[in-house]
Amino acid sequence: MNIARTVKVSLRALSRNKMRSFLTALGIIIGVGAVIAMVSIGQGARLEVEVRFESMGTNLLFVRPGSRSYMGRSGGGGSYTNLTEADANAILENCDAVKFISPNVNGRAQVIYQNKNWNTSIYGVGEKYPEIRNWDVETGSFFTESQIRSAQKVAVLGSEVSQNLFEGADPIGQVIRVNKIPFRVLGVLESKGESGGFFNRDDMIAIPYTTAQKRLLGIDHIQSIDVSAVSAPRTDEAMRQIEEALRIRHKIAPGAEDDFNVRDMSDIAESASEATQILTILLGGIASISLLVGGIGIMNIMLVSVTERIREIGIRMSVGAREKDILLQFLTEAIVLSVLGGFLGIVLGIGSSRLISHFANMKTLVSIGAIALAFLFSGSVGIFFGFYPARKASKLDPIEALRYE
Amino acid sequence: MENNVLIQMEDVNRTYKVGETQVRALREFSHSIQKGELLAIMGPSGSGKSTLMNIIGCLDKPTSGKYFLEGQEVPKLNKNQLARIRNKKIGFVFQNFNLLARTTALENTELPLLYSDIPAKKTRELALKALAQVGLEGRELHKTNQLSGGEMQRVAIARALVNNPSLLLADEPTGNLDTKTGNEIMAVVEKLNRENNITVILVTHDPEVAEIARKTIFLRDGLIEKVQVNGE
Repeated sequence: MNIARTVKVSLRALSRNKMRSFLTALGIIIGVGAVIAMVSIGQGARLEVEVRFESMGTNLLFVRPGSRSYMGRSGGGGSYTNLTEADANAILENCDAVKFISPNVNGRAQVIYQNKNWNTSIYGVGEKYPEIRNWDVETGSFFTESQIRSAQKVAVLGSEVSQNLFEGADPIGQVIRVNKIPFRVLGVLESKGESGGFFNRDDMIAIPYTTAQKRLLGIDHIQSIDVSAVSAPRTDEAMRQIEEALRIRHKIAPGAEDDFNVRDMSDIAESASEATQILTILLGGIASISLLVGGIGIMNIMLVSVTERIREIGIRMSVGAREKDILLQFLTEAIVLSVLGGFLGIVLGIGSSRLISHFANMKTLVSIGAIALAFLFSGSVGIFFGFYPARKASKLDPIEALRYE
Repeated sequence: MENNVLIQMEDVNRTYKVGETQVRALREFSHSIQKGELLAIMGPSGSGKSTLMNIIGCLDKPTSGKYFLEGQEVPKLNKNQLARIRNKKIGFVFQNFNLLARTTALENTELPLLYSDIPAKKTRELALKALAQVGLEGRELHKTNQLSGGEMQRVAIARALVNNPSLLLADEPTGNLDTKTGNEIMAVVEKLNRENNITVILVTHDPEVAEIARKTIFLRDGLIEKVQVNGE
């Protein structure tokens, strides 16, 4: 008996018991649907994280001082105070894969406007900060190179700070006090939204790094350098050039360790998307259990079905069906059930992930990979759980089977 | 062996083990059956009729002895080869019809062809022909639950002869039918034997049914009690 005939015979047998066939497949339908929906939630979360990091700029690099150890006691990353403005300028001049740099110093301060005050992060940055961070000025303007050189007391507000101090009034041209020092407001940055957790990226004030060094922090080194590469594919090249330039400037002997670190955004993005990957695996794993239970349901019904159809098996054997034919028929029935169930499950999965993203306001992403995997898995569930009942059917003795009441 | 011998059985034994005891269902059975014969096997229950039927029908193998069907030594064949012989050479008709439930007469008749190498295009044609032979034209698409007992047995006969077998084995074919319908069925069987020269072996305990046979074997306790040739 060829495959087409076997499938035909199986379909006939299944259609004789439509309701039971549907209920049998229901386990697989729900299982596959759940796997696809769950994985789509995980993938959606991952995509969202990736998009967020992308919005920060994919060609972004960070230079931070290395860890200093004194008499065997390590001060941890960033404990060196050996990064200077000159280092930043050297990077810009000597590395042709580098487009912009921004020397950074950070601190926190109490900010006052009239009778309101707010405690926030003070970012001392260079004039290219908005370009590097892909962060536009919503109203007003950013400070210029000359304002930095002359360490002017000007500030650009994050939208959260602007909202808290001015409550919708126009802050441009107003004077705020940062640690009692008056600063003139030049502009407001566009809102970036919360990046997850309690950290709000809009809760900050950007001022010239020179001003921050002299007026607020009283230091003459810089804490980090933001660098943007010419293009995303050239970030690796930029990283190498920065390392080379800084090693020369810091007079580090060949073979000795760097006293600084260069990181790119992809390192950070990777670890974040790894976390969402774990979420995907977890959700998918839980859903797979329901698929497994669905498979056991198929086996259960197929076993019942074999017992119920012993007479039919006997008849088929008496007219010349071989063991192999019976085995294939029952196996095909199980596979047809699970594959059809798989198809319906895919539809259910896509449908429910649409509903989830619509009503729960969660981003979902139905990937072809998840569909293919769920489908393959449901097919193998059919083979795996269909085999035992099918084998049992094929091993029946025709005489006994014909006599079975 | 002569060319017109269909079945040749020599010293066939069939022993079952029931718990500790051995049950000798068939003992030293020897007989030969010619092509085109219409033979009846009679005997009380437990006499070995069914065992003999199962062995002749290649559903079972003898414990010892020789059985040739068209010159082929059946006990030496494996399960797949037995299935092939059942498919090609033997048609079964049972007391309780043994049709597939909720399935049309046509699909039931096609069943043996599904397990043969006859191309799918021809199966329908052959099944329709067989159904016509048993007088079921116009009822081909009726499901088994829409058919009367007599009609169901006709479908069973059509299924038995659709593969053009050399041997028709009928096990109490009228057992579940009333006398009139039973006679009609027997007429169909008799006609197939006469016109198509199909060898028929009838198992029955009804002497009236056995009357249409030209020869009757009486079995008792697994042994041949007597062989009676009718009409002589």
